[in-house]
Amino acid sequence: MDGVQDRDLTVPMVESRSQEAIPEPAYLRLEGLSKRFGEFVAVDAVSLEIARGEIFCLLGGSGSGKTTLLRMLAGFERPSAGRIWLDGQDLSAVAPHDRPVNMMFQSYALFPHMSVEKNVAFGLEQERLPRQEIRARVAEMLEIVQMSRYTGRRPHQLSGGQRQRVALARALVKRPKLLLLDEPLAALDRKLRERTQFELLNIQQRLGVTFIVVTHDQDEAMTLATRMGVMDHGRIVQVGAPAQIYESPANRFVADFIGSVNLIEGRVTEAGSGTVLIRSEAPACAIRAVCTLPCTIDDTVWVALRPERIQLQQAQHEGAAVENGLSGRVRDIAYMGDVSICLVEAGATLMRVTVPNSSGVLAHIARHDEVRLGWNASAPVVLLK
Amino acid sequence: MGGSNRARRWVVGVPTLWLVLLFLIPFLVVLKISFSVARLSIPPYAPLLVLRHGWPMLKVHLSSYAYLLTNPLYLRSYLYSLQVAAICTVLCLLIGYPMAYAIAHAGAWRNVLLMLIVLPFWTSFLLRVYAWIGLLQNNGLINHVLISLGLISHPLVMLQTDFSLYVGIVYSYLPFMILPLYSNLEKHDPALLEAASDLGARPFAAFLRITLPQSLPGIAAGSLLVFIPAVGEYVIPTLLGRTDQIMIGRVLSNEFFENRNWPLASAVAVVVLLMLVVPIVLLQRVERRELEAE
Amino acid sequence: MTRRGWFSGVMLVLGLIFLYVPIASMVVYSFNASRLVTVWDAAHSPTLKWYGVLFSDGQVLHAAWLSLRVALSASTISSVLGLMAGIALARFGPFRGRSLLLGMTTAPIVMPEVISGLSLLLLFIALERAVGWPHGMGMSTLILGHVSFCMAYVTVVIQSRLAGFDQSLEEAAMDLGARPVRVFWAITLPLILPAVVSGWLLSFTLSWDDLVISEFVAGPGSSTLPMVIFSKVRLGVSPDVNALATIMVSIVATGVVVAAVWMRRRQRRSERDAQLAAAANL
Repeated sequence: MDGVQDRDLTVPMVESRSQEAIPEPAYLRLEGLSKRFGEFVAVDAVSLEIARGEIFCLLGGSGSGKTTLLRMLAGFERPSAGRIWLDGQDLSAVAPHDRPVNMMFQSYALFPHMSVEKNVAFGLEQERLPRQEIRARVAEMLEIVQMSRYTGRRPHQLSGGQRQRVALARALVKRPKLLLLDEPLAALDRKLRERTQFELLNIQQRLGVTFIVVTHDQDEAMTLATRMGVMDHGRIVQVGAPAQIYESPANRFVADFIGSVNLIEGRVTEAGSGTVLIRSEAPACAIRAVCTLPCTIDDTVWVALRPERIQLQQAQHEGAAVENGLSGRVRDIAYMGDVSICLVEAGATLMRVTVPNSSGVLAHIARHDEVRLGWNASAPVVLLK
Repeated sequence: MGGSNRARRWVVGVPTLWLVLLFLIPFLVVLKISFSVARLSIPPYAPLLVLRHGWPMLKVHLSSYAYLLTNPLYLRSYLYSLQVAAICTVLCLLIGYPMAYAIAHAGAWRNVLLMLIVLPFWTSFLLRVYAWIGLLQNNGLINHVLISLGLISHPLVMLQTDFSLYVGIVYSYLPFMILPLYSNLEKHDPALLEAASDLGARPFAAFLRITLPQSLPGIAAGSLLVFIPAVGEYVIPTLLGRTDQIMIGRVLSNEFFENRNWPLASAVAVVVLLMLVVPIVLLQRVERRELEAE
Repeated sequence: MTRRGWFSGVMLVLGLIFLYVPIASMVVYSFNASRLVTVWDAAHSPTLKWYGVLFSDGQVLHAAWLSLRVALSASTISSVLGLMAGIALARFGPFRGRSLLLGMTTAPIVMPEVISGLSLLLLFIALERAVGWPHGMGMSTLILGHVSFCMAYVTVVIQSRLAGFDQSLEEAAMDLGARPVRVFWAITLPLILPAVVSGWLLSFTLSWDDLVISEFVAGPGSSTLPMVIFSKVRLGVSPDVNALATIMVSIVATGVVVAAVWMRRRQRRSERDAQLAAAANL
């Protein structure tokens, strides 16, 4: 992977890019949307624009406000402040049953006393469509989610994956302008989750419906999303394509939340011509890093270094020269199949390094061995917050 | 808890034996006596097993049943009891359902409200029924209030009418309707109503299509818990009911204590039981299913 | 949502008024000097006159004493039997006679009382003729009669409590080497103790309150309190019954308040413990 190129996607660039992607006016626009429960601010002045046909993932830990934001879009929570515009219509005061928005619930919320077919037909029956049309549309949707064989079954007679498909069909059959998915894959086991992710993408592309997905699972967000927003304490802290967010996190929270990262605190000792030199106490070393952010000498900054960007070598090995180096001792090696994760003690600091098993590097390195870590100036991201 | 077979046998055996002796066998005694005839003796009925020429013979009389079925007085009492029980069940449902619904949606107040529903149950049933005499009689509180408000000029006759009977039964059995309904409604997943709303159902439509069908087991359990005992109710009709039309519980007690016709009283009991077998079996099935669903 | 919530809320308030107005009226009129409920004798009220009348009524006091003894015995016996039946039904899996036991424990709850009363009386009479026991009707037949319907309630309470908690606790105890009897005393009983207590209280109330079955199985000299009240109120309103009702209501109300305070305190303590535990984790 060419780190230098990714590093070019600095913050101002991201904004200009996303504006490119959104045709004016935006399909869905949130303006200063807030929700307070008493003293507690669940969602704090969120503004966001989403284009037609996007899969937008809201990623955040529990209590980050992502579910509350979703529930405001569905109409189950009234915003304390702000507005929701969808396709030119102000939804803020529209009741849930009148919104052209449908939701796939985390628990699926399938009606236990109705068959699969009745569940899917429910929404169309509320529109008082002719019976013929309802039947045709239900059949078509069940075909799309490959559940045509189970029309007569009750929810409790279905497997988890089948329930998920029914829930999806039930929400999609109304042809919503916006589909909200609350942790759509959380209830599925790992294998099924992977397969379902791709099916979901397929169906979304086929129907062209705009998806907003709430998830706490970054892998899920990465695979599904065209763009994602990372939420923390009721705010969206960064919006961007998955690769942008992974490669250029806006702050320590995002860097730490998405994937794993080594965060090193330090002080700028030299600044200029696109790179800075940073002096760090733990681990005790000097780090040269590419930095386009405006930073001056003596600023406190953080260096975010992904584990796969670090090269691991035997201590006595004379490898290719890199701009940064650090000595340490291997404390643990965890074999993960495709890669191995090494925890390396550098002084009192524990550094995390991932090594592809196919590289053969670990053939000569065992626990307690002295090793040398190295990385290029373009590998880390310098963060001011 | 497997093992320890002797302990197990005791734990099962003692209550079973007790109930067989003091619940099941008594019914067989009633059944037996219902096939006898009354006579002036101690006990006041003819034995079923008689010795004739040294041989035991079974003498079964169906005369009590024949009398019950041919005398319109009894038939009318049965029908009246069923009618009163049915009307009171419907009234309890109409009053109790919204109450149970409100409690199930009362959030933090749930337990307090539930307590308020159960509390009257802990104070004497008899005294609470008695209180209605003071409220409903001609010179009672309700008439007094209505007259002083100028709504009526002469007191309404409410005591010893169907109205006072219904009030008494509904009042006494309302908690039996509310509790099973509440425990059903409380288990409903709120996400289902949100899903219905999300799919375009207005609140009332969502209630009719999601909440109501799912609460059917609660409705059934509550209704049966009211209906079954109401059919044989004795105290409330005696204190609040009509004097010209008595319910079947009074008939049974009159036949037994006043006419001393034990076989007829037993036959009345057997017929009431036969009427209630279907609802009782239904109730047990509903309750078992609810218990298993937990 | 809001409109239906409004409707059911109003119904709830009206329903509660319906449930409590009769009780309140008895309490108020127990302090009224006049015999008539319509007349509030302001000159002489509030008065404790009717309480005096009540406590000088030897018949009432005698009946109350009998009712108390019957209720204590019946509720204790039915708690033990109901506990056994509840455990058998909730924990023994399928066994021979299970549906018989299940049927016999649920049927008395809905059985019209006149039928239970009649059948018990006829049984006692038949027993007396066959084996010479019981000698006429009295306290022993009252207790026996009350136990058979009280234990049904205890069984249901115990059974649903046992269904509510995890059997793996008992399995864990056995896995750690406890024998089944020991598991019962060390694990099961402490867990269902609240259910046993509430079953006992329920039985006590039911027995204390029972009229119809008592009318059948009580002998001539052994009138329980409800029987005495019933014979009084059949003749019309009698204000000393209001006084009696007030006393019973205040006993129940006191009990409820004490129980509520105790439970509140226990809940607070467990919340505080949880907070401390959470703080220790930080």
